[in-house]
Amino acid sequence: MTRKHQPPNADLTPHTGSATDVAPLGRSRGKPPHEQTAEEDRDVADWARLAATAEFKALLKAKAKFVVPATIFFIVYYFSLPLLVGYAPQLMARKVFGVVNVAYLFALSQFFMAWILAWAYVRAAARFDRMARAVIETGR
Amino acid sequence: MSPAVLMFLGFIAITLWITWWAARKTSGSSGFFAAGRSLKAWQNGIAVAGDYMSAASFLGIAGIIAFQGYDGFMYSVGWLVAYLTVLLIVAEPLRNAGKYTMADVLAYRLSPRPVRAMGALSTLTVSTFYMIAQMVGAGALVSLLLQDTGITYQTAVIGIGVLMIVYVVFGGMLATTWVQIVKAVLLMAGTILLSILVLAHFGFSFSAFFDAIGQVTYTNAQGNAVTQDFMTPGLRYTPPYGALDLISLGMALIFGTAGLPHILVRFYTVPDAQTARKSVVWAMLIIGTFYILTTFLGFGAATIVGRDFIAANGGTNMSAPLLAQALAGDLFFAFISAIAFATILAVVAGLTISASTSFAHDFWTNVLHSGRERREGEEVRVARVTAFFVGAISIVIAIVLGPTANVAFLVALAFAVAASANLPVIVLSLFWRRFNTAGAVCGLGVGLVSSLVLIAISPSILRADAIFPLENPGIVSIPLGFLGAVLGTLLTREPEAEHKFTELSVRANTGLGAERASSH
Repeated sequence: MTRKHQPPNADLTPHTGSATDVAPLGRSRGKPPHEQTAEEDRDVADWARLAATAEFKALLKAKAKFVVPATIFFIVYYFSLPLLVGYAPQLMARKVFGVVNVAYLFALSQFFMAWILAWAYVRAAARFDRMARAVIETGR
Repeated sequence: MSPAVLMFLGFIAITLWITWWAARKTSGSSGFFAAGRSLKAWQNGIAVAGDYMSAASFLGIAGIIAFQGYDGFMYSVGWLVAYLTVLLIVAEPLRNAGKYTMADVLAYRLSPRPVRAMGALSTLTVSTFYMIAQMVGAGALVSLLLQDTGITYQTAVIGIGVLMIVYVVFGGMLATTWVQIVKAVLLMAGTILLSILVLAHFGFSFSAFFDAIGQVTYTNAQGNAVTQDFMTPGLRYTPPYGALDLISLGMALIFGTAGLPHILVRFYTVPDAQTARKSVVWAMLIIGTFYILTTFLGFGAATIVGRDFIAANGGTNMSAPLLAQALAGDLFFAFISAIAFATILAVVAGLTISASTSFAHDFWTNVLHSGRERREGEEVRVARVTAFFVGAISIVIAIVLGPTANVAFLVALAFAVAASANLPVIVLSLFWRRFNTAGAVCGLGVGLVSSLVLIAISPSILRADAIFPLENPGIVSIPLGFLGAVLGTLLTREPEAEHKFTELSVRANTGLGAERASSH
């Protein structure tokens, strides 16, 4: 994979700063190519090839299959609370036991919804981790 | 010397010892900015909780519930559910693709200088809003607590400012983290104790407690005594715009957390994305428990202390400390007040380090100096100087403002700015191949300007003359932020950004090539 290396200024004198410590992320490189050590010059991986592997596509698909419905679910579940509180106040003020009403119980249920969804995600993510390792293996 | 001052001095002694210890351990940029990326999941999880549960949560929510009942609890719900956005969408890709700041992820495939400049501007704006709220909370606390000790409001604010500068300048991220951990443990202990005392007050009978919530008596604006069911929604958010305002608040809370710079930088302090994920779950457990307990803090203050007494003795922000005083006397009042101080101190330290990191790493090194240090250690030195200025400026702002509005409400505005400016560009740069530099700059700019302008013309600033009827701008400014980002993108083409998306996507999803923990 080729990369364009553009020295940031005309002065190519090697600088002695800890370049590896603050090497900029992204497209610009701090050092001109002739100053880079073998370690710096080596790209970590052939990204385009990894992205094209069946393993990587399977990983993206598996993640989307969990994350997209989960996100839609929690957004819908969460926003039904202010929507109902705002537009169906009689329903939400209905008492269930004592003064405890639907609004409070629904609000309380949000905490458990969040915890359960987080737990489900952590379980699913263990599988994503295995799939990600498989992608990295194909790059070796 | 009052017990509150003694307890607070004890906390200061512990945190200064932590700072001294951290200063000896910290070296290099990743040590200073990211605690060497070597924190454990539970440590970072508790630190996230300590960074997040600010004066707004402890003083603010208790105050809104004590004054307006159920509606205040909506803050508690939103502030926890928001972590699902962090967990599902932002935390892991951010850890995998970034280094020290939120803008790292944007600069990854976009033209670094413009997006970093805008990212730093947005970070500083959000942090300032957040900081104002914390300082207002500190002001309220100080003016009530230390009125007989001869310590003035100014002295106390300067003291808090100096401490936060000391933590950050000398101890960096490691000291900040441990200050947050100690604070989170203290805050949870205080909250649980307070909740148990509230229940004890009602003979450990939930039904007695809830019955009392059903009949809260207070004096209304006309001077008449009214009795109301505080469990019923709608005491704060009233027609005609109450429902919309509630949704707007919800949007700001849910989407704002994942755009808060001081929370996002915490995910760089762990070795990998898996640990970042686990630390979010730790944080959710602690934060969720805390917010459920705000039921006892808020409704406890409403029923046991009463709205009239709180209004006459320091205002809404003092509900939780006054509840402690009513339940267990002056010593416990001092303990809870000291915890509130610790809370504020830990959060302002977190805000200061994220603002300084962003200025030094994004603006100084990468925008002004093309991504290289001219001398070794320059970036850390710049961050330390910035921390000093951030501290000095917030001291001045706090002294000018004094104790005024409810702090939970003020912080919600910071969330609205974060949700409108930061979240759209973070999400789009991670998931949309076509996204480009013009889109990022446009999205950050539109989100920032629209949320700030809408706040400026809202009832919070203009009172009765408000042009925009809602307290919280989220419902308009968040879609505008997204719209700005999308339009900016579609109007320009940037093949290199699209080409780099492949690399970002592989990195974000697999963790390949991510920044590693430094071996200390």
